[in-house]
Amino acid sequence: MVMFRTGYLSITIMNELLELLSFAFFRNALLAALLTSIIAGIVGSYIVAKRSVFISSGITHASFGGMGIAYYYGWPPFLGAAIFAVLSSIGIEWSSTKAGLREDSSIAILWSLGMAIGILFVFITPGYTPNLMGFLFGDILTVKVSDLIWLFVIAVVCITLIWLFYPAIVAVAFDNEFATVSGLPVKPIKYLSAIIMAIAIVLSIKVMGIILVLSLFTIPAATANLFSKSLKTVMTGSVIVSCIGSLTGLFIAYYLDLPSGATIIFTLTVLFAVMKVYKLLK
Amino acid sequence: MKPLIHLENISAGYDKNIVLNNVNLKVLENDFIGIIGPNGGGKTTLLKVILNLLLPYSGSITKDPTLKIGYLPQINSIDKQFPIMVKDVILSGRFSTNRWWKKPGKHQLTKVDELLEFIGLEHSRNSSIGELSGGQMQRVFLCRALISNPNLLILDEPNTYVDKSFEANLYNLLGELNDQMAILLVSHDVGTISSMVKTIACVNGGLHYHPSNKITNEVLQSYNCPIELVSHGHVPHRVLKHHDHE
Repeated sequence: MVMFRTGYLSITIMNELLELLSFAFFRNALLAALLTSIIAGIVGSYIVAKRSVFISSGITHASFGGMGIAYYYGWPPFLGAAIFAVLSSIGIEWSSTKAGLREDSSIAILWSLGMAIGILFVFITPGYTPNLMGFLFGDILTVKVSDLIWLFVIAVVCITLIWLFYPAIVAVAFDNEFATVSGLPVKPIKYLSAIIMAIAIVLSIKVMGIILVLSLFTIPAATANLFSKSLKTVMTGSVIVSCIGSLTGLFIAYYLDLPSGATIIFTLTVLFAVMKVYKLLK
Repeated sequence: MKPLIHLENISAGYDKNIVLNNVNLKVLENDFIGIIGPNGGGKTTLLKVILNLLLPYSGSITKDPTLKIGYLPQINSIDKQFPIMVKDVILSGRFSTNRWWKKPGKHQLTKVDELLEFIGLEHSRNSSIGELSGGQMQRVFLCRALISNPNLLILDEPNTYVDKSFEANLYNLLGELNDQMAILLVSHDVGTISSMVKTIACVNGGLHYHPSNKITNEVLQSYNCPIELVSHGHVPHRVLKHHDHE
């Protein structure tokens, strides 16, 4: 009886899955989750290894300013966010190395300034109020084909850069003073990675929202870090963890009718906790 | 003999604070110079100028075209939890001779193994650096400095994190290396280094070159170099007198 029932259940689930996949919005959501996992896995491992989680968080929140301005003028919101993110990441790098401002202070200033600009412009936008919840917590079910193309392009860029220039990227991330002494092009590599970081984060906002996106960049990397001895394996590991976590989270969100950003984070955190315990017991 | 690097009338500092004032220094092949001086006296600034990390306000630096610098920084500036394997740390030293997009060559991989054997860490090749002790890490960073076959090795306080037993070991290694390259060694601990270096440079704002490794408190005083001198003899004694000169 029990066997019959589980068999029956799994058949219904399979049927429902197939039915789900016949919807374009769900296929897009799945693809977006996978592509975001690849980007977040690679870029996130780099952020975590370099201990730049706080910077990335500042950039993410500052980008809300660009989103607000874009909304006001009727531009694509993610373009505005991308411009703000890139400018603020370069601004943080510049203000701490050149202007002599302490890095964490300049991050905090840009963080709150961006949020303030964003909320002001959303407020004065006439007519309707844009979907604030979508920006803050993500809206994976409204992903468009153009979003997917962008995600795909950045995923390919990340993979290619790591594949071609991994040793130099690691050398700069690990000890940038020594890298400078060796004659590596430290500044171009730093600024390029800051720009890619910013774009990767902004694209992932669509899936996870401003407030939750950083967890997608940090939890899988922290999980993979438990078992890795080099940045390369951290990257591979966190892409895998991130894929598993976000797909599982997405299905949970669908079946229990919950916000997908939150369920993805819960799944990732549970995965991390399980791995951590496994490592402690081993 | 042509100097590997020649600093003439160098003044350098940060913002408006001049740390080094009219410094002259010549490093010849197979020199072994100990750089000593009080904290804040400009030892690190001098290294930064030599390493091209800091542009001096005035003066000129002449480098021999064959100059290849190997650099061992203070290891407290390094993130010990970074996910990187020992062999990759050593290989990251190859960029002073490799172009930055190049993958490591076969001879460099062999060189890594030779260097690991040289420092007695051949079993830690694939460990992550976080698994090493302070002294082992120091030796790995020494290998990173050596992989590009430098003719000038620059060491910044290499004895800070090293236990006493390894310290002697390190100095033996440096003695061996000195046959093949010039060495600049920065240290706050004059007593320990004076036995192994050939000459001494006292840095405190200015630079006084002392063409021997025997140095006395009186000489240090005349060099305006208020540091603690520990002398080694049959009856070790410390001279604790500090002098603050203007």
